Amino acid sequence: MGAAVGAAALVSSRFLPMGFALGPSLRGNRLRRALEGQATVDASWAMAARGDGRYDREYLFGHSGIQYVLWVLGTVVGVFVPALDTRALGLDAVFPAFFLAILVAEVRDRLRLGVAVAGAAAALALVPVAPPGLPVLVAGAAALIGLRVPR
Amino acid sequence: MSAATWWVLVALCVVTTALTRGVGPAATADRELPPAAVRVVVLLSSALLAALVVTSALADGTDLRIGADTAGVAVAGLLLWRRAHVLVAVVAAAAVTAGLRALGVG
Repeated sequence: MGAAVGAAALVSSRFLPMGFALGPSLRGNRLRRALEGQATVDASWAMAARGDGRYDREYLFGHSGIQYVLWVLGTVVGVFVPALDTRALGLDAVFPAFFLAILVAEVRDRLRLGVAVAGAAAALALVPVAPPGLPVLVAGAAALIGLRVPR
Repeated sequence: MSAATWWVLVALCVVTTALTRGVGPAATADRELPPAAVRVVVLLSSALLAALVVTSALADGTDLRIGADTAGVAVAGLLLWRRAHVLVAVVAAAAVTAGLRALGVG
């Protein structure tokens, strides 16, 4: 059971750095911020970024709210229509394609392009040797180049 | 595993995922991040999104494999590069993936 919980924690480990990034843009005391931080989902987090290090809090809530409803509906459909073959429909390509779309809009300069390439390379190199989730977390370390390069 | 064990597992997963999302905002509170940290934050999404794209398009657990979905995502990338709309790219990715599988590829 410890292994299962550990695996689940690793898969969501990327939300840890995302939370630190988001923190100052939320409101209220620490508990309230921790609750507001529950709205952190990859796509809404990335798209709520304003590009100056701040995040659009209302946008994050709206996007995550809609995504949550659709996610639950999708799960319900999957449970009640077992004949639906998501692989045959190519639905597993939807998430990477969508993330790629956000990434393309995001990469506006050479620095971001370099960070994206480095992150992708690090993740791919780690996939065969690390448990799922860890490659993405380590890839996030590519952003640490920001500590050295003045904008 | 018994039903009770499953529910304990679910509860523990809920706690860990809530912690990973809540710790950051609770720690920063209303303090502004120092300029160097802001530069890291601005770059973080590029690194994480790129990693999510390659791991979901190329990895199956701990196996790297090129499949129909890889081709679908590549087509989406090409369309996005040619400034296609997000929806067009996403639908094309699913259509190409489904088409290749229907043909028995990947």
